Amino acid sequence: MAIAGQSVSAGTSTWDRIKKWTPVFIIAPSILASFIYVFVFAGWTFYISLSDSTLLPSYGFKGFENYVSLWTNRRWSVAYNNLLFFSLFYVTLAMAFGLMLAILIDQRIRAESFWRTIFLYPLAVSFIATGTVWQWLYNPGSGIQFMVNALGWTDFQFALTTDRKNAIWAIIITGIWGSAGFSMALFLAGLRSVDPDIIKAAQIDGASWFRTYRKVILPSIGPIFIAVAVVLLQFAIKTFDLAVALTNSGPGISTTFPATYVYDFMFQRGEIGQGAAAAMMVLAALAIVLVPYSLYLVWRRRRESRNG
Amino acid sequence: MADAVLGATVVEDREAAVASRRRLISRIVIYGLLGLISVVYIVPLLVVVLNSFRTNAEIGAMGLISLPQSFRLDAWPQAWSDFCIGGQCNGVARYFWNSVAMVVPATIISTALGAINGYILSKWKFPGSEIVFGCMLLGVFMPGQIALLPWAFLLGKLGLANSVYGLVLVHCIQGLSFTTLFFRNYYVSIPDDLLKAARIDGAGFWRIFWKIMIPLSPPIIIVTVIWQFTGIWNEYLFGVVLNSGSNQPITSALVALSMSGTTVRTYDVMSAAVLIGALPPLLVYFFGGKYFVRGLTQGAIK
Amino acid sequence: MASLTIRNLRKSFGVVEVLKGVDLEANTGEFIALVGPSGCGKSTLLAMIAGLETVTSGEIYIGDRLVNSVQPKDRDIAMVFQSYALYPTMSVKENMAFGMESRGVPKAEQEKTIARVAALLQIEPFLKRKPGQLSGGQRQRVAMGRALVRDPALFLFDEPLSNLDAKLRVDMRTEIKKLHQRIGKTTIYVTHDQVEAMTLASRIAVMHQGEVQQFADPDTVYNRPANTFVAGFMGSPSMNFIDAEITSTGGGAPAVNFPLSGGGVASLPLHNGVADRAQSKKVILGIRPEHLSRQSASNSGKQGFATMSALVEVVEPTGAETMAVLKFGDREVVGRFSPDEAPKTGENMPLAVDMTRACLFDPATTRLI
Repeated sequence: MAIAGQSVSAGTSTWDRIKKWTPVFIIAPSILASFIYVFVFAGWTFYISLSDSTLLPSYGFKGFENYVSLWTNRRWSVAYNNLLFFSLFYVTLAMAFGLMLAILIDQRIRAESFWRTIFLYPLAVSFIATGTVWQWLYNPGSGIQFMVNALGWTDFQFALTTDRKNAIWAIIITGIWGSAGFSMALFLAGLRSVDPDIIKAAQIDGASWFRTYRKVILPSIGPIFIAVAVVLLQFAIKTFDLAVALTNSGPGISTTFPATYVYDFMFQRGEIGQGAAAAMMVLAALAIVLVPYSLYLVWRRRRESRNG
Repeated sequence: MADAVLGATVVEDREAAVASRRRLISRIVIYGLLGLISVVYIVPLLVVVLNSFRTNAEIGAMGLISLPQSFRLDAWPQAWSDFCIGGQCNGVARYFWNSVAMVVPATIISTALGAINGYILSKWKFPGSEIVFGCMLLGVFMPGQIALLPWAFLLGKLGLANSVYGLVLVHCIQGLSFTTLFFRNYYVSIPDDLLKAARIDGAGFWRIFWKIMIPLSPPIIIVTVIWQFTGIWNEYLFGVVLNSGSNQPITSALVALSMSGTTVRTYDVMSAAVLIGALPPLLVYFFGGKYFVRGLTQGAIK
Repeated sequence: MASLTIRNLRKSFGVVEVLKGVDLEANTGEFIALVGPSGCGKSTLLAMIAGLETVTSGEIYIGDRLVNSVQPKDRDIAMVFQSYALYPTMSVKENMAFGMESRGVPKAEQEKTIARVAALLQIEPFLKRKPGQLSGGQRQRVAMGRALVRDPALFLFDEPLSNLDAKLRVDMRTEIKKLHQRIGKTTIYVTHDQVEAMTLASRIAVMHQGEVQQFADPDTVYNRPANTFVAGFMGSPSMNFIDAEITSTGGGAPAVNFPLSGGGVASLPLHNGVADRAQSKKVILGIRPEHLSRQSASNSGKQGFATMSALVEVVEPTGAETMAVLKFGDREVVGRFSPDEAPKTGENMPLAVDMTRACLFDPATTRLI
């Protein structure tokens, strides 16, 4: 009887083994696609960046020459200086602005979702559409300057997009307009996650509104600040659509970004090798932001699991 | 005694008055600031909407930001089917339908795959499944620029170069990381006991998926569909690089349209065109705002 | 006939061995409780019986069939989970039908079975509702209903009452007992609550650190615990343990001695040959709180009762009975008294100890002598 039972179970176990692997079979194509997308594509672009490709991919190896000529290219230095400048102001201002909005909305205001809807709608619109409209608004002959002039202040000048020095501010302002709502949403979620008992305790301790925020609430959402900064930095590094729609890298080359540089060299100038080298630099910039961040996340999780 | 009580109420009244005045002031400041910022947020949208109904002559004379003096609908049909973009005078209709043909299948396929992947990676773990998940996560951070050349090459080999199907493929794979992440994080919070009970009840891999997981999934399906729909609709880089001419999606057409304005800009028609391009994700946002925000916050903080 | 037989069952997660050779059997119609502190391996054992965890080594038989690698659905079992695990998107009725649908039971028969079980558990009024609309006790009933429709060879319960509040838990305990008496199915019941185990089970397996410490009927487990762990785990307040020494008193009858706080020595006479079984002079004396009572005319001269006195440190009345912490030498001992003989704090209380119920343990092995 026991032997019969065994043979039955042996029979089922073969079938079971096939069944046990069903999930793996099903997910295998997705794993393969992701693997190709992440590793093969990156590896290939890296290889191209070491090759003598110009108009079409070719596989003559020429080492790091593309990188050398990239880093000696004046346009590239404009691009990465722009990225640094843009990141600094875009990230800090979008965070500050978003935090301010979040705190305002957190004051038990009426029609909260109405206000939130207003500040978040730019996120649903493409940067292309946003950039196109703001480009019109920056246009001195029809936009903001025109309106102020028409109101009587005829000396008023506001022509960011046509000014080599200040064109980047057009991108920064529009960028903030587009993403402050996003940092607001994250900050608001953070503020709402603070234990209300802590806030009550601070009030009983006689802390003022300002002090309660500065000393009690904001420190306890520290991780949110880092998360928002990392996401915004990612946006900054990937900035492409906005720069294209607003200034198209102009005037001249003054608003070139690494991402637009890649596009330009790969598809406008037929310098695929150098474009690929620039693309690798974009990847490296992301890695500089994301690798420490993921290490930080791992560290925090470890610490939490150790403490709890 | 009575005096003391009286005194106390007077003090109380004064304190109450001060408190209520301070409260009033702070409310005025809060709503004032919110109102001011809202103006900055609403004006660009309002400008486009109003200008799509004004005459171009009026915009030229009065500027973009002014109260409308005229009202006409001509700009809309013109933008839809007559406007010249890159030498072709067929309006944005063609590009709009390209976007629809790209975004609908790509959203459905990537969401479906994400649901199954998330289900497997949370409930049918196998040796190495955590590593697999980690690798898929990397896809979330990959900059598009890295994938441009490989995609161009691969789509050429597959015979999908310069076709909407090619873009569908690109967005499916590109979106796989996100959709898998969304579903996986949602499914890990579903108790394992539920699956154990189902296994004892005789349900297998697919029956559990269809009968237990999917009925629990509407919130995350909506979040994912909205995320994918808006993301793919608004995407520009792949559309402009991988496709050309009349096969490009609407975002590329909008750029081409605003670049081609070498002569006098037809702001009325361009406004209508921009609105046509922005309308689908905006509608999705206004009807599914709650889920849209949830997607944003989840996408950002894993 | 055995409904369930487990032989030398082992389970390892990596290098951690959570079950270290478990042997167990349940006769048809028996109610077996697996009891032990959290992490003792009882839930893992149940999951292995259900087929939700793989077997590292050893054998599990349900009836005569070796089920080590049989799928859960083919084991002819039903399980009630701690979290109930009701399918939240299905109505109560659909929850109960789900398993039968999987097995391809005809619709008419499904209806009949559900109607019968719903009547048995008195859940007909909520058959159309979703689990989210039910109270904890109602969900508990539905979870049992889902198990009952299967009519299995073996019922498995995984701490089914631990999510209920105290009062409901007692009510449901009684219901489970009634239900088991009515349907008479073999049941394996995991719990960390020794009262549940005592009240429900026909036999109890006390588990600790991956091993079955004792497998016996409730009376034996309570009165003749196999070792100090079982003795300490079963019963609340716990059994008192006192380090003591065996001596022969003047008359030659053996007794256990331990020092008292005043410098004196308590000497409690032993009965019928226990002392002969002791390997060494040193023993651990185990006395349950209820076996201490106030000395009185009725018990002071009684056969098997020893007398002594002890200082009362704390008194905790609970209404029906009064607990008191007494000082036995440098050690604290809990006694359970009826309110009318309850001591006062600071009193030097004259005690009668029921030595016929006392247990002696070997200090080296902690086993019962």
